[in-house]
Amino acid sequence: MSSPEPMSSPEPILEARGLVKKYGQVVALNGADFEIYPGEILAIIGDNGAGKSTLIKALSGALQPDEGEISLGGERINFRSPRDAQRAGIETVYQDLAVAPALDIASNVFLGRETRRRGPLGSLLRLLDKRGMRREARRQFEELGIGVQSIGEAVGNLSGGQRQGVAVARAAAWARRLVIMDEPTAALGVKETGQVIDLIKRVRERGLPVILISHDMPHVFELADRIHIMRLGRRVAVVTPKTHTMPEAVAIMTGATPSELDNVLAKKGSPE
Amino acid sequence: MGPTRTLQLARRLITAPTVGPFIALVLTMVFFSLKTDRFFQAQNFSLVLQQVMIVGVLAIGQTLVILTAGIDLSVGTVMALGQVIMTKLAVANGVPVVPALLLGVLTCVGFGVLHGGLVTGVRLPPFIITLGTLNIAFALTHIISNDLTFTGLPKLELFWGRTFSISGTDFTYGVVLMLVLYALAWYGLNQTAWGRHVYATGDNREAARLTGINTNRVLLSVYTLAGLTYGIAAWLLIGRTQVGDPNAGQTTENLDSITAVVLGGTSLFGGRGTVIGTLIGALIVGVFRNGLTLIGVSVIYQYLVTGILVILAVSVDQFLHRRNG
Repeated sequence: MSSPEPMSSPEPILEARGLVKKYGQVVALNGADFEIYPGEILAIIGDNGAGKSTLIKALSGALQPDEGEISLGGERINFRSPRDAQRAGIETVYQDLAVAPALDIASNVFLGRETRRRGPLGSLLRLLDKRGMRREARRQFEELGIGVQSIGEAVGNLSGGQRQGVAVARAAAWARRLVIMDEPTAALGVKETGQVIDLIKRVRERGLPVILISHDMPHVFELADRIHIMRLGRRVAVVTPKTHTMPEAVAIMTGATPSELDNVLAKKGSPE
Repeated sequence: MGPTRTLQLARRLITAPTVGPFIALVLTMVFFSLKTDRFFQAQNFSLVLQQVMIVGVLAIGQTLVILTAGIDLSVGTVMALGQVIMTKLAVANGVPVVPALLLGVLTCVGFGVLHGGLVTGVRLPPFIITLGTLNIAFALTHIISNDLTFTGLPKLELFWGRTFSISGTDFTYGVVLMLVLYALAWYGLNQTAWGRHVYATGDNREAARLTGINTNRVLLSVYTLAGLTYGIAAWLLIGRTQVGDPNAGQTTENLDSITAVVLGGTSLFGGRGTVIGTLIGALIVGVFRNGLTLIGVSVIYQYLVTGILVILAVSVDQFLHRRNG
């Protein structure tokens, strides 16, 4: 099973080699590789505990791997905090942890990156440019086709789908290189899930590559250009919706179908 | 203004977090006005403000801490320690008044830095940290003062107790300072990026960190500023009592500052609340104590009433928290 690569652009935008992360006795990542190419949606699937979340946390600066290397646009990088990854142009939408409910929509979009008024009001009195931030947030929402009644509404008053919309808009507004989404539809109803899926497509239309973690196979097969399959802390295969069916992908994910890695492990004697 | 605009405005007014506490304050005032003629008088309101001043300033620091989902049990004793240092240095050690005041304030700020350092560095729960420093500050207050009360204080230390008159009613400068501090806290929380980071950190520390906020720096700044407000409250306390008393500020102030914050609608779960609500909460506490005294209810019953008030307010908070999930 070979890794299919898009023909247009052979250079991965983000790449990782041999990532290892241990929590005491537990090996969350056991030499994981990863790459994503410009303009694609890459889905990551795997059973619980396969290392999906740990992998994207390493890619988004939320944790530091014990071993292995990550490169962005061909350059070695070493994110020490989520802030570092953001500065490099990588934005992440986390499962459940998306927003600050007490703050309004515009404040959430600009959280951690607030703009201040010009002149001494901003530099000396640190006064926020609330109007400017609202205008910019509204523009962003219109571009992504997210309907909200009021940009000044507290996020806590919104529905789950609208909240996730805020989180995605926030990521899309700031990402220059890449957007990572961890189970963006896990807590949503059918209709809201559809809205978020449309949003993800629109983010790709803007030319931003998207890493999507999801348990929902039909959505993965609808959205993804390529599917990265994790098992036991490693990437065991990369397939596409064109070359594989859903049951085949699930079989690889659960280990029912031996992958290349299993053959290697069988020869060496598996450490697990 | 169209009808939808008006509706929106009306909805915003009704759901504004300070409306509930404000209605409670008005009802309390109506109640005591009906009970006694001595309540609804300008001079009595001035007295309530003076009585509220100390708890009011402490409650600003307490609000900041509670907004980050923390709690500070040590506010009153840290203030008492600051007050004893200010007065003892000036009276017994012959330290000039400005450095004496500064050292007192710095001591309180030091406690704030210690709290912040332990919360961020060692990741201990604020409840336990401040329960510890409550006892440390209490002991230091009595060790340093040797249980003496300091009198004959320099004029500058007594400044905030001085009064000015508006159409026959006297107000202290301390009350003005309290209102200025509230305005500053409101500005910081509502008009600056720092304020938003305080709310975000209090709502969900890990989420705020993942958003790119330096939550440790936010928490450290909150506890340090809280310490600063206790230091200022110490200076105000000297103005109010006109002496340096090691037993002042150690009985009702700790709980009253928390009561004021909770009555003011700030959630103990963090991330929700306003400093203006806290001012209203402090006024509710002040009006209750003043009114009960005026109608001749003994001090012991005042404890009973504030105790019940706090539990009621926390129950409402818990109910709202559950409903909003």
